[in-house]
Amino acid sequence: MAVDATVAPTTARRSLGEVLGVVFGPVGQLLAFIVGSAVSLALIVVVLAFILSPTQPDIMQRVVIILPQVIIDGLVRGFLFATIALGYTMVYGVLEFINFAHGEIFMIGGVVGATVSFLLVSTGTLESIPPLVFVLLVILVAMAFCGMLAVTVERVAYRPLRGAPRLVPLISAIGMSLILQDLARLVMTSTPLGFNARYQTPNFGQPIQLFTMQLGDRSVPVILSPRDLIFIVAATIMLVVLNYVVNATKLGKAIRATAQDMPTASLMGIDVNRIVALTFLIGGALGGAAGALFGLRIGTVNPYMGLIPGLKAFTAAVLGGIGNITGAMVGGVVLGFLEAFVAAYLSIFTAGNFSGAAYADVAAFSILILLLIFRPSGLLGEATTQKV
Amino acid sequence: MALLELQNVHTYYGKIHALKGISMTVEKGEIVTLIGSNGAGKSTTLRTISGLLKPRQGQVLFNGKRIDTLPPHEIVKLGIAQSPEGRRIFPRLTVLENLEMGAFLYNTRSPEYQADLDRVLTLFPRLRERVSQKGGTLSGGEQQMLAIGRALMTRPQVLLLDEPSMGLAPVLVEQIFEIIQTINQQGTTVLLVEQNALQALSIAHRGYVLQSGEIVLEDTAANLRDNEMVQKAYLGLE
Ligand SMILES: Nc1ncnc2c1ncn2[C@@H]1O[C@H](COP(=O)(O)OP(=O)(O)OP(=O)(O)O)[C@@H](O)[C@H]1O
Ligand SMILES: [Mg+2]
Repeated sequence: MAVDATVAPTTARRSLGEVLGVVFGPVGQLLAFIVGSAVSLALIVVVLAFILSPTQPDIMQRVVIILPQVIIDGLVRGFLFATIALGYTMVYGVLEFINFAHGEIFMIGGVVGATVSFLLVSTGTLESIPPLVFVLLVILVAMAFCGMLAVTVERVAYRPLRGAPRLVPLISAIGMSLILQDLARLVMTSTPLGFNARYQTPNFGQPIQLFTMQLGDRSVPVILSPRDLIFIVAATIMLVVLNYVVNATKLGKAIRATAQDMPTASLMGIDVNRIVALTFLIGGALGGAAGALFGLRIGTVNPYMGLIPGLKAFTAAVLGGIGNITGAMVGGVVLGFLEAFVAAYLSIFTAGNFSGAAYADVAAFSILILLLIFRPSGLLGEATTQKV
Repeated sequence: MALLELQNVHTYYGKIHALKGISMTVEKGEIVTLIGSNGAGKSTTLRTISGLLKPRQGQVLFNGKRIDTLPPHEIVKLGIAQSPEGRRIFPRLTVLENLEMGAFLYNTRSPEYQADLDRVLTLFPRLRERVSQKGGTLSGGEQQMLAIGRALMTRPQVLLLDEPSMGLAPVLVEQIFEIIQTINQQGTTVLLVEQNALQALSIAHRGYVLQSGEIVLEDTAANLRDNEMVQKAYLGLE
């Protein structure tokens, strides 16, 4: 009994409270950044509108009325970048290597989703399965396929180069990225899928009208499409589960130990090659799920759709502090909001001279370059929170 | 049969020939010390035993079986643990998580794990007060205790210690050496690498002297302490 009493506080079994703490600490931080970016960007556009209001009397109304929709859009984009960015950041955390083929894993997730959808259409079962089952099916198949694919890529193209100068695996990753693009193109163009594969879904029902913005003589409904809702819910679940795995399980701790010091991790009896593979499995599965959900949202996929989201997610990872898991999520969300605001408001503020949609990328990346000049270690930097 | 045996081991870093045919044995229950000046190859010897480096020639035998072809995690599984040079604590894991990593091969919900944990925290009471502190924020001495404790969590038959007294205050050095002796008396064989030759020879049964990658002397600890060359070169006695 006496012995038990002394051991008790040091038991490895964490209390529920502790587990919730390590899992929801990062998620809470993410939430803070979501609210923070939404509020600060909203303030910026409102102030700009106020400044411009003497010359353009109705600008304030036009700005405020679309605000809720822009925030929803920003959240969806943000979660997209966040789920992809996790793959970059986890691999970087463990290997200090940027897996440029990760954008292609995302693309293949989309193609896998479209293939599942195509098979269901051609067997005539698509309309008869419940939408939720369909979503789960494409996500799980894409996760399994892309997770395995990422592990295979690591095994074939990166592991043999471990210990080589840093540029060598990087070049291999770029090569892998081209190979995956062309393989996807080959498969798609030589099957009924086609270059631009349609990604049909069961009927998800009507858009959900959250509320109506009423301002003066204008009224605009604030709409959440079911596809956006699916994306937000699925991404949230994945982020929470990932945080649980990495922070509260022994395997997750082994991933972090390996990221912090690989030779020493091997002295603990950890098979570091298996941990590296596991990292690719998790990152690939998340990227694949993101691709399947993204394709489902836009309704069509092609072999080159991974490039831009991949680059942006990489930027998000750097923005959050590469190697830092919470940072990748935060970076993704901040970037998503930046983009959504620029896309929606640039043309309003430039009196239509610049189309926001066309310049969203330029503007978002410019802001990022500035941010990185002043905070090169990223938003969450090195020391503040858990690196992997 | 020796518990651990190195036969004519040659280890390289690229073109640098760091170990030039090392042969040594460690018997069950012993404390064996490996002394030598900076760059002699002491850490390289331990890294070779643990499988972090592969010898280009020669063999490492554990319980009579070759282990030099195995990856490090397999060697740990067989019962060889190492507390590496510079402690190498996982800085962003807590003290408890560091110890848990030491027990990576075992079920951390088992009573055996609890017993191991309790043993380590009894050997190093200072760690008990700091279980939820991040490893990187421990003092140097505390990190050293954690590094040894973490190695013990792997349930080793042989414990390889690389300069456990480095950078510690004299009182703490005294204490660490006492603990090493305790660990040995509790049944763990120890291979101890030290700059602090006097202390090492005072607790060891036997010792080897390493110079530029070669073993130049081997004897009982008592004889080495009396050896003129050892006194001159490593004990600072004239
Ligand atoms: N990673 C490395 N790359 C190249 N050479 C190395 C490396 N590590 C060690 N060496 C060289 O191998 C030789 C032996 O080094 P080792 O670290 O084994 O010495 P040591 O006896 O442990 O010294 P110290 O007491 O300073 O720790 C040295 O000449 C060293 O310069
Ligand atoms: Mg050394």
